[in-house]
Amino acid sequence: MSALLSVQSLHVQYGAVHAVRGIDLDVREGEIIALLGANGAGKSSTLNALVGLAPASQGKIVFRGQDVTGSAPERFAALGMTLSPEGRRVFGTLSVRENLLMGAYSMRDKPAVKTAWERVFDLFPILRERREQFAGTLSGGQQQMLAVGRALMSNPRLLLLDEPSLGLAPKIVEQIFELITVLRKQGVTMVVVEQNVSMALEVADRGYVLANGRIAASGTAAQLRNSQTLQAAYLGAD
Amino acid sequence: MDLFLQQTVNAFALGGTYALLALGLAMVFSTMGLINFAHGELMTIAGYILMACGLAGVPFALSVPLAICAAVIAAVAMERIAFRPVRNASGATMLVTSFAVSMILQVLFQNFISARSQAVLLPQVLSESVRFGGLVIGVNKIAAIATTIVMLIFLDRFMKHHRVGIAMRAAAEDFSVARLMGIRANTVIAGAFALSGFLAGVAAVLWVSQRASVDPLMGFTPVLKAFIAAILGGLGSLRGAVAGGFLLGFIEIYLAAYLPQGMQEFRDPIALCLVVLVLIFRPNGLIPSPALKAEKV
Repeated sequence: MSALLSVQSLHVQYGAVHAVRGIDLDVREGEIIALLGANGAGKSSTLNALVGLAPASQGKIVFRGQDVTGSAPERFAALGMTLSPEGRRVFGTLSVRENLLMGAYSMRDKPAVKTAWERVFDLFPILRERREQFAGTLSGGQQQMLAVGRALMSNPRLLLLDEPSLGLAPKIVEQIFELITVLRKQGVTMVVVEQNVSMALEVADRGYVLANGRIAASGTAAQLRNSQTLQAAYLGAD
Repeated sequence: MDLFLQQTVNAFALGGTYALLALGLAMVFSTMGLINFAHGELMTIAGYILMACGLAGVPFALSVPLAICAAVIAAVAMERIAFRPVRNASGATMLVTSFAVSMILQVLFQNFISARSQAVLLPQVLSESVRFGGLVIGVNKIAAIATTIVMLIFLDRFMKHHRVGIAMRAAAEDFSVARLMGIRANTVIAGAFALSGFLAGVAAVLWVSQRASVDPLMGFTPVLKAFIAAILGGLGSLRGAVAGGFLLGFIEIYLAAYLPQGMQEFRDPIALCLVVLVLIFRPNGLIPSPALKAEKV
């Protein structure tokens, strides 16, 4: 099976900071991939580089057979790759409805937009209820749902989730992971960056462990659960 | 009482013009972090078009839209030529660029048009006045107030209901995430400049219709005032710009009306002291911008 996304020796550099130092990864259609690692390991930089928000100083990113290295961020929604960013970053002064409308900004196909609205409101009935409320007044869990809902409005083939459970109550975290399994059934391919390693490996098919901007280990979720490298990567040992 | 009402009408007319200018500054600032001091030259360009149309015998009803169009085109051209290359530079770099644009245009006006003030032919009706009970109100004041109201309603609807307007609000709050949604940075920024040019054009028509003349530095003072208004309201906040514009207009007009004769010369410093006083109590302005989340010590 050919890869939906393939990344070859990706480097990300912000001035003097070399956040990602040569990463290779493949994502196949229908998979859930977990990106794991300690703070500052380069997980978020990798996701941001995939959608053009961080500069890829070297390497190659191929999505659906197209070389998208160095493309502007505004191109990716239309190509079918979206990111639900770390810290949710919903538009607080826009209503829930306007946030979702912005999620569908790149879509020209009217019936598809209508289906997207229904899908998001079915997944998150609370967003339907609060659609005229300012996003800034939602609870953290609801904002996370809005951030994911907004990313789903463009019907992505590949959804990148950056720390979807960060700062949320345990009960909400469970809901988020349930959501990931529901989305998988709907055929959405996902790359998930998570601090919550055990839950991430429960839903993921495969995972990559990052340390100091490099891949320290990779394999199926079952392999990684038993691996020493995973613990080492979090404890910061080499 | 009549004097007070009379001055209130004047304050609305002047404050409305400041509000339109401050809105234009706030729109550009909120999308790209640029304080565009060349905004005043957009007004001057519109003023010269009014002058030229008057000389060529073009009817006023046609010269107004022409002047506004010229300001829009000039604003978009300014962004394309001068500001796009420095888009990702620091705020200071962009500020200096805007000063350069402003000065280049002023020198061009001085050398190719005239360094002196030029008369603008206006329709007779603008200099007439209407009597409401004991009040005598100039038609130009009524036109200014009515135009401001129409413009504010139009902008409010555009920013709330049009997809580009909503995208501009989204981009003002979080530009990177807006780009992720497929909102093109160029569209939002060019849109903000076009709207700011439109507002400057309208403000220029209102400004010129109070004065019937145009000179190379015409835009400088009103835009400086609008800049103060934008800060008073909360830099980058659109509602704040409107509030700040009106408040500054009220302060200036009431000071001019009620300050004792001997203190009239200190009107502007006193007005600025009042502005500073407001800012001491509300350091982020009357209605702070939502994008302003960073806490300052």
